[in-house]
Amino acid sequence: MQGENRPIIEISNVSKHFGDKTVLDHVHLSIKKGEFVTILGPSGCGKTTLLRLIAGFHAASEGEIRIAGEEVNRIPPYKRPVNTVFQKYALFPHLNVYDNIAFGLKLKKMAQPDMEKKVKAALKMVGMTDYEYRDVDSLSGGQQQRVAIARAIVNEPEVLLLDEPLAALDLKMRKDMQMELKEMHRRLGITFVYVTHDQEEALTLSDTIVVMSEGKIQQIGTPTDIYNEPINSFVADFIGESNILNGTMVDDGEVIFCRHHFECVDKGFGKNVPVDVVVRPEDVYIFPVSDAAQLTGVVQSCIFKGVHYEMTVLCDDYEIMVQDYHAFEVGQEVGLLVKPFDIHIMHKERTCNTFEGVLKDDCHVEFLGCKFECLPVQGQAPDTPVTVEVDFDRIVLQDDAGDGMLTGEVKFILYKGDHYHLTVLSDWDENVFVDTNDVWDDGDQVGITIPKEAIRLKFV
Amino acid sequence: MSNLLERLFSSRKNWTLPYVLFAALFVVVPLLLIVVYAFTDDGGRLTLANFGKFFDHPEAVNTFIYSIGIAIITTIGCILLGYPAAWILSRSRSRYAQVLILLFILPMWVNVLIRTLATVALFDFCRLPLGEGALIFGMIYNFIPFMIFPIYNTLLKMDRSYIEAAEDLGANSTQVFWKVVLPLSMPGVVSGIMMVFMPTVSTFAIAELLTMNNIKLFGTTMQENINNSMWNYGAALSLIMLFLIAATSLFSSDGKGGSEKGGSLW
Repeated sequence: MQGENRPIIEISNVSKHFGDKTVLDHVHLSIKKGEFVTILGPSGCGKTTLLRLIAGFHAASEGEIRIAGEEVNRIPPYKRPVNTVFQKYALFPHLNVYDNIAFGLKLKKMAQPDMEKKVKAALKMVGMTDYEYRDVDSLSGGQQQRVAIARAIVNEPEVLLLDEPLAALDLKMRKDMQMELKEMHRRLGITFVYVTHDQEEALTLSDTIVVMSEGKIQQIGTPTDIYNEPINSFVADFIGESNILNGTMVDDGEVIFCRHHFECVDKGFGKNVPVDVVVRPEDVYIFPVSDAAQLTGVVQSCIFKGVHYEMTVLCDDYEIMVQDYHAFEVGQEVGLLVKPFDIHIMHKERTCNTFEGVLKDDCHVEFLGCKFECLPVQGQAPDTPVTVEVDFDRIVLQDDAGDGMLTGEVKFILYKGDHYHLTVLSDWDENVFVDTNDVWDDGDQVGITIPKEAIRLKFV
Repeated sequence: MSNLLERLFSSRKNWTLPYVLFAALFVVVPLLLIVVYAFTDDGGRLTLANFGKFFDHPEAVNTFIYSIGIAIITTIGCILLGYPAAWILSRSRSRYAQVLILLFILPMWVNVLIRTLATVALFDFCRLPLGEGALIFGMIYNFIPFMIFPIYNTLLKMDRSYIEAAEDLGANSTQVFWKVVLPLSMPGVVSGIMMVFMPTVSTFAIAELLTMNNIKLFGTTMQENINNSMWNYGAALSLIMLFLIAATSLFSSDGKGGSEKGGSLW
């Protein structure tokens, strides 16, 4: 018997490829016994694949998965101490509610009276007493979901895996079920691993949130950690509403953004370092212009959101989103203030695009699978490897994919207050980062052009 | 006049008119004629003598029972051979599976008589005797595609998450098959039975060729009577067979969720 602190699930260095597509990229994750862990991310980030690896429906391409201390890479799903609640419930249509729930117990050859007791207890747990002999097709979506949960927990697994179990329910029902799931987790005391793309659901339910994007874990932490201290702009943008702005860390405790000096609490970034600044809209104070204002601006829009108003304020060229209980009229001049503690500073992942390339001749360089014209260089032999740097705002995107030197697909859009920061996946599977004022949509096919003046070459 | 035509074709419901006419002329009217002939004698007088004649002739009744026996054996043979084939086809995702499916369809493009004559030639070549064994072989050979495709279709359309759910709940692959896959593919099996059992009861050409006229099936009896101008007796025999077919189809659509779960024929 391992100690209580031993993780129930340990995932080390796990990758998964489907064909030549990498869905999970060297994932490390350890889950403590009894935790409610949510794997959160946009669709296609690999979260469901990770869950299916734990359940045993896929085999990891590399790496190791341990459940309760035992390596399970080669253990088939039916021998693992986990049970799954499927997104579309997957209740057996040829069996009634009782037989669906008793399915696992019958396979264990449990005696009839024990089985009946357990099935009844499971039904009671999910609030479906007296539904034993109903046809599963006659149940509503919410009821089917409850039966699916009962079918899983009746087997008393060490870990319950839930794959977006509430995605198909309407909002009211979803809220109710969230509360019930949390209560169920408390009463059962087993580990829950929950997959969702709904950040609010993740914040409500979890002890620990694992944020994933593009097959990689971005951040692991408690809901408050993730919300208050997002590690990068992806997490900040994905969890809740936020203003993400370019800034410069002047010194410890002092940052410039929106052309204004702010006091902050972050330290250790160095001097005059470019950073990303995150300010949550509810942390911005808004009031009629006064001496207390750090920024002044004009209200651009004001939308009632039920409890609060959501306003955008234009300060110089920067749009700041503000949430407040009081409405300010569109066109009104207002003052804004942010307290030092509410300013979150993040390292920039990059300050310009960097590509590996090869110099072809005096004024041509090959990278991203294309040959580009560059400013003439002297004294370098052809076929010299070279590092190419291109600033975000020097790359031109075209509507017509055919007009560009190469084409790509817009994968991720981040609004930075005065411009958009786009991640464009080129045909050669390399990311190109672009700053632009034009509005693009996720999934747009674009042409990419890099003018020769924008290409900086660095020889090793 | 043109106004009338316009009105006639304006509603989509009216487009079915040609098919309704066709079905009336070539299905409903002949069926009614069978009923009329079965219950009358040469002179057109109402009688039950035709049915009496059937039940008084042990030879006819025996042929009837024997035919049903052959049909049941054929159907069971088709299930036993066809289910695994359908399973393999539905499981393999490669191009190899496409070729396999084509190989199963290919014989169906050849006329049944030609196929059967070829079977006779094959038996001769292998020096195998014609007779009951050859008959069952020929029947299964001819009808197995009609069993494979409905089963293949239900297996192909089956949601993989049912299989995963069963595995997740502790079922190994044998248990998954018996407890989930087989019950869920029953609509396909039922469709297959309908497609195989019914036509086999009334076959006669295959039986004649593969047994050198030594074994008589019910289809042959009907054909002989009608060929010899015994219209009324032949019609009564047809009606008995139709009654049996109707009974089977009622039985099979009675099964839980037989039609609604999408056990399509094709």
